[in-house]
Amino acid sequence: MTHWIVAPVILPALLAPFIVLAARFHIGIQRSFSVAGVLALIGCAAGLAWQTSDGTILLYQLGDWAAPFGIVLVGDRLSTMMVLLTAVLGLFVLLYAIGSGWDNRGWHFHALFQFQLMGIMGAFLTGDLFNLFVFFEVLLIASYGLMIHAGGNARLRAGVQYVLFNLIGSTLFLFALGSIYAETGTLNMADLANRVALIDPAETVGIRVAAVLLLLVFAIKAALVPLHFWLPSSYAEAPAPVAALFAIMTKVGAYAIIRVYTLVFPPDVEVTSGLHDVWLQPAALISVALGMIGVLAAQRLDRLVAFSVIGSMGMVMVTISLFTPAGIAAALYYIVHSTFAGAVLFLISDLVRTGRRDLELTPQPTMSGAALTAGLFFVGAIAMAGLPPLSGFLGKLLVLEAAFSSDLMVWIWTVVLVSSLISILGFARAGSVLFWKAHSVAPDNGAPVRERPAPLAYVAVGGLLSLLIANTVFAGQVHGYTSKIAAQLFAPEPYITTVVDTPGKLSEPKEDK
Amino acid sequence: MEFLVASAIGIMTAAGLYLLLRLRTFPVILGISLLTYAVNVFLFTSGRLTVGGAPILRDGVTQYADPLPQALVLTAIVISFGMTAVVVMIALGAFLGSNNDFVDDQPEGQDDQMEGRS
Repeated sequence: MTHWIVAPVILPALLAPFIVLAARFHIGIQRSFSVAGVLALIGCAAGLAWQTSDGTILLYQLGDWAAPFGIVLVGDRLSTMMVLLTAVLGLFVLLYAIGSGWDNRGWHFHALFQFQLMGIMGAFLTGDLFNLFVFFEVLLIASYGLMIHAGGNARLRAGVQYVLFNLIGSTLFLFALGSIYAETGTLNMADLANRVALIDPAETVGIRVAAVLLLLVFAIKAALVPLHFWLPSSYAEAPAPVAALFAIMTKVGAYAIIRVYTLVFPPDVEVTSGLHDVWLQPAALISVALGMIGVLAAQRLDRLVAFSVIGSMGMVMVTISLFTPAGIAAALYYIVHSTFAGAVLFLISDLVRTGRRDLELTPQPTMSGAALTAGLFFVGAIAMAGLPPLSGFLGKLLVLEAAFSSDLMVWIWTVVLVSSLISILGFARAGSVLFWKAHSVAPDNGAPVRERPAPLAYVAVGGLLSLLIANTVFAGQVHGYTSKIAAQLFAPEPYITTVVDTPGKLSEPKEDK
Repeated sequence: MEFLVASAIGIMTAAGLYLLLRLRTFPVILGISLLTYAVNVFLFTSGRLTVGGAPILRDGVTQYADPLPQALVLTAIVISFGMTAVVVMIALGAFLGSNNDFVDDQPEGQDDQMEGRS
């Protein structure tokens, strides 16, 4: 049994208290340990992804207790890919936070950042539903601290909404877990998969309620309309690096839906028939439309980016709700793309904020460093809107192709194409107001000269953009790998047998002493 | 006993939901607390209701209480307690900073006219 799979959880969990206790007053030490930690995390994650890339399923029994009784961590292709994605995103976000000085505008940024990473990693790796709840809470409580980092009234007010909404989500999660346990007597995902298949079709009331409650909880995390109300304010008011890190948090919801609804409640199980196509798909289509209309209607740049995140999450959910191998493969490709695109747009909006009075989409005098920022915004907007040549375009092509055989094919094609057009208009309007109309406004000589953003901030943004470009250039390989992930998800037998049949501490008969 | 416990969960959930839909932070936080009480009892009952059952395997005992929901409830209580403390502190900070304790987004410049709403 390899111990490496627990490292992405343990490493930040040890680093965060160390940073709080030993390096509280030394921002330099905090920064170097935080960066070193994330680099080590990328190493671990890459190693795990390499180990699982041939279809191996890594199992880690905490305390050596066998599966249905103890908690297990499971690494398959999907979870290790998400872990690697998180670690890479974490590195660039951290570099931006250091470069722009955000981490020094309040206390304990780096410790909270590590705790946040720990929660996300744990949520991706766990094989137990209650443990998933616990890791959700770990990532949420760290995100509450990060969300109100550096204070300010608007941020605190948005923070209250964010915390309250997520508390309601957690309570719903507990209700769902209670009903699942009452119906099946287990919370281990692999064990659940076996037991749900055995439920008598005539007595499925309880498990149906549980499945819908669970879907609601994950949809809150994924900001699916009509459960998206927490997202625009909190992402817009959060500090930019934090909002960029939150780009992966909506993906945690998408991941949980993929995991639970391919493993425990697969599409062919009668218990949850109708859940995906009747409910999830229309809600996802409305999310796409609403997000992109929000992009066009937004009055401020940060809100615009927040709505584009809702739209791209809707796109991910449309593809997931097809629940075909092609659909999941396209969704995973789009998840990689939209994580980087959303994060880079939040960081760019902070570059704009550094040079301007505020983020209102009104003409203001030219900002410092405008040419470079405008160029970056141009590339980021192309990626998010899904124009060629970047990966957003390829992602949308894959989505459309996967939807070709669906019953709702006409609706999906119409909504995706029309909303793409609307979002292009929205981004073009924002870019022209921010960067072009600035030249027609007379510079205000009395205003204080604003300094240019730090070079390290540009390095971080450039790094994320180059990842987007790499995702485009190597699209064939990436999509090939996501297709393998989808194939593994739709043949869950090895996963289930690995988890359930591996012996642990009490499995063998006790030897007499 | 089943009726008593079920109706207690139901009433607490209903009251919690009603308070959750209020506009000011204090009732909303009370509503969240009530909901977490309800969910704690709900989790507890998910292992079926037994009186005086032993939770650990022992010789000569035939009736057992399921120990797992008790462990789950313990975790849930600790988490919800901590989260409630966090939200109280953040809400207090927001209230002291802006002198306004409404949960929803306020239109700009209208904070002073909100006294009459509840």
